Amino acid sequence: MPETVLNLSSITKRFGALVANDAINLRLAKGEVVALLGENGAGKTTLMNILFGHYVADEGSIEAFGQPLPPGDPKAALQAGIGMVHQHFTLADNMSVLENIVLGTQSKWSWRLDRAAAVARIRKLSSDFGLAIDPLAPVSSLAVGERQRVEILKALYRDARILILDEPTAVLTPQETEALFATLRKLVAEGLSIIFISHKLNEVMAVSERVLVLRGGWLVGERRTAETTRQELAALMVGQDVKMPEPRPASPGEPLLVFENVSTGQRSGGSRLQNLSFELRAGAITGLAGVSGNGQGAIAALIAGVERPASGRIIVSGREIGDWSPRAALSAGIARIPEDRHAVGSIADMSVAENVVAERYREKPFSRRGVMDWAKAHEFASRLIADYDVKCPSPDTRIRLLSGGNMQKLILGRALDPDPIVILANQPTRGLDVGAVAYVHGKLLEARDRGAAVLLISEDLDEVLALSDTVIVAYQGQISMPSKRGERSVAELGELMAGHGIGEAA
Amino acid sequence: MEALEILFTASFWVAAIRIASPLIFATMGELICERAGVLNLGIEGIMTAGAFAGWFTVYSGGDLWTGVAVAALAGAMFGALHATLTVPLGLSQHVVGIGITLLATSLTYFVYRLVLPEVTSPPRIEPFRPFAVPYLSDIPLIGPALFNQTPLTYLAFITVGLVAWVLYRTPLGLAVRAAGENPAAVEAQGMSVTAIRMGAVMVGSALMAVGGAFLTMSAFSSFFFEMVNGRGWVCIALVVFGSWRPGKALLGAILFAAFDAYQIRLQQVAEGIPYQLFLMMPYVLSILALIVMSRRASYPKALMVPYQKGER
Repeated sequence: MPETVLNLSSITKRFGALVANDAINLRLAKGEVVALLGENGAGKTTLMNILFGHYVADEGSIEAFGQPLPPGDPKAALQAGIGMVHQHFTLADNMSVLENIVLGTQSKWSWRLDRAAAVARIRKLSSDFGLAIDPLAPVSSLAVGERQRVEILKALYRDARILILDEPTAVLTPQETEALFATLRKLVAEGLSIIFISHKLNEVMAVSERVLVLRGGWLVGERRTAETTRQELAALMVGQDVKMPEPRPASPGEPLLVFENVSTGQRSGGSRLQNLSFELRAGAITGLAGVSGNGQGAIAALIAGVERPASGRIIVSGREIGDWSPRAALSAGIARIPEDRHAVGSIADMSVAENVVAERYREKPFSRRGVMDWAKAHEFASRLIADYDVKCPSPDTRIRLLSGGNMQKLILGRALDPDPIVILANQPTRGLDVGAVAYVHGKLLEARDRGAAVLLISEDLDEVLALSDTVIVAYQGQISMPSKRGERSVAELGELMAGHGIGEAA
Repeated sequence: MEALEILFTASFWVAAIRIASPLIFATMGELICERAGVLNLGIEGIMTAGAFAGWFTVYSGGDLWTGVAVAALAGAMFGALHATLTVPLGLSQHVVGIGITLLATSLTYFVYRLVLPEVTSPPRIEPFRPFAVPYLSDIPLIGPALFNQTPLTYLAFITVGLVAWVLYRTPLGLAVRAAGENPAAVEAQGMSVTAIRMGAVMVGSALMAVGGAFLTMSAFSSFFFEMVNGRGWVCIALVVFGSWRPGKALLGAILFAAFDAYQIRLQQVAEGIPYQLFLMMPYVLSILALIVMSRRASYPKALMVPYQKGER
């Protein structure tokens, strides 16, 4: 039996009436990867924040390397050799990688910051563990995957022996995820212990030796990864068997939205589109796969009316669009599920009722002669809450208080309620738990069967393959030829995502 | 032509550097606060309090340097009040800052009236005398301007170097800057954002007060009402002008002071133009300079954002 490095005993934490953690026990051995699996809101992050001293537990105690860990003291956690990579990075953008890493590691009252030694140490750590990074680069110039490496280096620089990773793959491409897993294996080989927080089953299966499943603040199960299955874990996590919706064969109809030789100007962030042509047909889901930043943003912005093409034509229901704007897009029957539900999809501090009428507040019955009819807005919100199974106390609740899944269900309801003819679903399930994913997929398929043309933009290839009747792949502002369901293998699509076979013929 | 000749007189540059000195102290003070993420609008009042505290110490028989120390202490105390309200309690930095300015100014006038109820013309003290640095002060033009000033002016320049060193070369400065950029990063590394920000505001406020004390103990020799006269607000602009960097802010302070010294002299040369136009000149020019300089300035990301530990 390997030595125990960390022991959490009966940790309980309440936020008001909500019990976020209920008497949770966790033991971590040297050189072990334990996955903490659970849906959003199951209490994973709360538990880790207690361990790291951001929160103080109401009950229970923590021992690290045999020593009791004082509660509510991140400094003590760091000194005990616990490092945490937060889901939302804690980096100062305007400062260099070096500065972010050495922050707080040297005596505050020293007259000099020893940069040379720090640079050498960071270089060694990055080459030892495959975390390539330029220590002198400003953090603002780094991609998301690189920022995560800085976070890991921050912990290693402090000689962390226990590393906590909170949803580390949420922001990574499949390739970056692979690189991260390779790093984690090297760390474990060096004798570090890792707690890996996730709600993605395939990753948990790939990386961990033991899985703890949390649900509603309870520890509902503990399994050795080798002795369990994805199905069993999913059932434990959700509390019941999850059935992913099975699409029936599609019967595509008229093209409802057509891009003809569309190009855009230079964009900051993401590729510009070059001479793009494709069509979305009624009653079909078209999946747009690709690594993020390859033109998906531009396509979404064009369809949503946020941007106009520099050249080429966009035709909606047979009519070329002229004066294109978000309002014109809405009135043409285009529904939008934005990529970022927090930044673009909702206004955090406004109520559910205010948010659900955000796209239609100027129309009857929500406003009459320029005066809002809030009673109607409330009625509408209550109906969406009921119809879309949103867990939400009232239409007056500020939307920021909803969980990601519930927020997304509301946005889905807002988009689908007016029976749109075209649905732009941009990363509709990013960051959602299994139950919510199944729900969103079901609703999109329903809309398809009703005759809507759906564009599904997703970086999750499994999702694209599960839902799409036609798949296209974006690479550097160009797209592949469309393929029917089952025509191309995952490997072939992966090749296209890496740019092989796109734009070369043209 | 006379207007241009002014620029080549030693007296003009001596005046420019003298006018710049209080601005340099107070600008460095504001810069430290803002780098830690706290906008300190108490600056105008803290300078007034410092001007009085330093002057009154000397008037009551204290040594000149004791006066400087008392001024700094008074500033640090107002800074502590500001920081307590804005950092652990997380109140609006705008409102607290304006409140501190009103409080410090009124309190200073009140104390002045309490301790000197009878006086009609402001009493005088013996201020700092210029000290000519041997040899260096003989350099034409630059010599008198930079090396024949009062010790407080030398201290102002030393302060700039010190602030720059601490901010960029020491672990403490790194922590201060990080607190202004992303306080969550500071806490994740096991340090107290509250302690860093409170310390920065107190030190910064002490510097502001020394800037105020320069007015009564170096530039003039007595304290009178309204003597700070908006200099604090100018310093807030100078921090932006300097893109939150000590060296550039120093340059801005000298530039502003040179405009000011220039317009005083121009008034005597140019005739037929209302003098108010000249009075406006430094401010108009600083607005223009601000527009040019601050467009690409990258401000501390967490400036004016209160930080509450463990907030959900």
